[in-house]
Amino acid sequence: MDWYPLFNSLRIAAVSTVLIFFLGIGAAYYVAKLPRAVKGILDVFLTLPLVLPPTVVGYFLLRLLGPQRPIGLWFAQVFDARLTMVWYSAIFASAVVAFPLMYRTARGAFESFDQNLADAGRTLGRSNTWVFWRVRMPVCRQGILAGTVLSFARALGEYGATAMVSGYTPGRTATISTTVYQLWRTGDDEGAMRWVLVNLCISAVVLLAVNLLERKDKKRPAPVREVV
Amino acid sequence: MSLLVEIRKNFGSFRLDVSFETRDGVLGLLGASGCGKSMTLRCIAGIVRPDAGRIVLDGKVLFDKEKGIDLPPQKRGVGLLFQNYALFPHMTVGENLRAGMTGSRKEKEEQLTALVERLGLQGLERRRPAQLSGGQQQRVALGRILAAKPGVLLLDEPLSALDSYLRWQVELELLDTLKTFDGPVVLVTHSRDEVARLCRDVCVLDRGKSEEMRTVSQLLHAPDTVASCLLSGCKNLSRASVCPDGRVEALDWGVTLTCDRPLPGGLTHVAIHARDLRLVQSTGENVLPCRCGGVLDQGEKPILLMDLPGGGRLRVDGARPVPSEGHPCLLHLPPQRLLLLTGGNENISC
Repeated sequence: MDWYPLFNSLRIAAVSTVLIFFLGIGAAYYVAKLPRAVKGILDVFLTLPLVLPPTVVGYFLLRLLGPQRPIGLWFAQVFDARLTMVWYSAIFASAVVAFPLMYRTARGAFESFDQNLADAGRTLGRSNTWVFWRVRMPVCRQGILAGTVLSFARALGEYGATAMVSGYTPGRTATISTTVYQLWRTGDDEGAMRWVLVNLCISAVVLLAVNLLERKDKKRPAPVREVV
Repeated sequence: MSLLVEIRKNFGSFRLDVSFETRDGVLGLLGASGCGKSMTLRCIAGIVRPDAGRIVLDGKVLFDKEKGIDLPPQKRGVGLLFQNYALFPHMTVGENLRAGMTGSRKEKEEQLTALVERLGLQGLERRRPAQLSGGQQQRVALGRILAAKPGVLLLDEPLSALDSYLRWQVELELLDTLKTFDGPVVLVTHSRDEVARLCRDVCVLDRGKSEEMRTVSQLLHAPDTVASCLLSGCKNLSRASVCPDGRVEALDWGVTLTCDRPLPGGLTHVAIHARDLRLVQSTGENVLPCRCGGVLDQGEKPILLMDLPGGGRLRVDGARPVPSEGHPCLLHLPPQRLLLLTGGNENISC
């Protein structure tokens, strides 16, 4: 069995999750500070990929990244490489599709964050960067972690936009989801079933990991009430 | 050490206009809820930017609209104790205390040891805030602030987050901690009792506007504005107007009263503490007939509710003998005990 689709899917999902992690948290942090009207418009724009069919996302990406399109043309001239129909094209696809999951969960976590904690840090003389990484992020870690895992899972399973911008080339752009479709389409039911099982295992492992992380979180020192 | 505050900020329907100057010692900022007390502290700490004015701490300008100075909270050296203490929930007590410290690792360890001892937190360094009692939480929050060596301490209702049975204990602890602090302290509260016990001076905040600073005993014994009178715990207040003969008509009580001193200009209300009213046997000046409308507490200090013929109701504390309900009585309002107040509006009466 050729394990290339597994390897390719994992690296695409990993790279896009890292991208989404920073972009989603950054967007959530700065959008929350904007005036209400701007916030509403930006919020719609940033959440749109969640409700759009992935093929529509794929279409937009092709319009931007295709070899004759603005970004694609520029990239070809500068780096002499293409942005579509290669393995890393799928990073754009899965990153755009999974981005709203990270953005919205992070925003939810930031919105329920007690702003007094940040202000306390600042009046204690700590920099805004310190407050962000040492207070805001750890306090919101449950939401952030949930958003990261969801984004990873979504990126791993991305099919529609990926198929459009990367296509399916065995050993080059094939991912698990495009492989399952391709094998089923060509009548290789047994091959498709193998990849379905692989996918099920990965998803189960991811969910198990989340549960273990949460349990570990609860194992911290047992509460002891004490009266003065 | 001194702190000068002169700030204005417009919130649309609400205007904050606060000014006071204080030296070492505890200044109480007293006001009803929603009058802008906490907002004032946030402005001083640099969390909220005022529209105009200036804030000067010991000669160091923290904020000056005209000169365009607005130091960030980090540079102000202002310690703000939040109402909910704002301890970092994911850090241990030790980590929380270290958050306010500067210096090398070794210096921090030394400071931590000293601070833990000073606040009596030995053995709790590895606990998390959620595992502490309310009093311990407050000590950690105060310790964290003191570790940052602020020039001024701002306390935002430090006792209101506590169960009533803990409050007294924590208040005593707070008093001890405040004694060891060398600099101005501003304590925000709505409780006259806390002001009476913890503060030396007091500044009353009435709907966003600060009144003149006064000593605590002035507030408690001779309040001269409606807001300070109500905040000093006075329960009997009536709208008032001046009669041509120089006496005062208490409009809500339906009675005309004689005073023993010249009336202030702009008199709007008259008040008297419940403890200053006396039951008497014969009529005379400032004696009004009334009917006992109820007795609330038959313990050491009964509270009598006296219905006046004019429709008002007065509270009388500790009068003897306790009349039975519905019984007619004569109530004496001693002229020297009448509080003559300014600065009220038509809507305030009780």
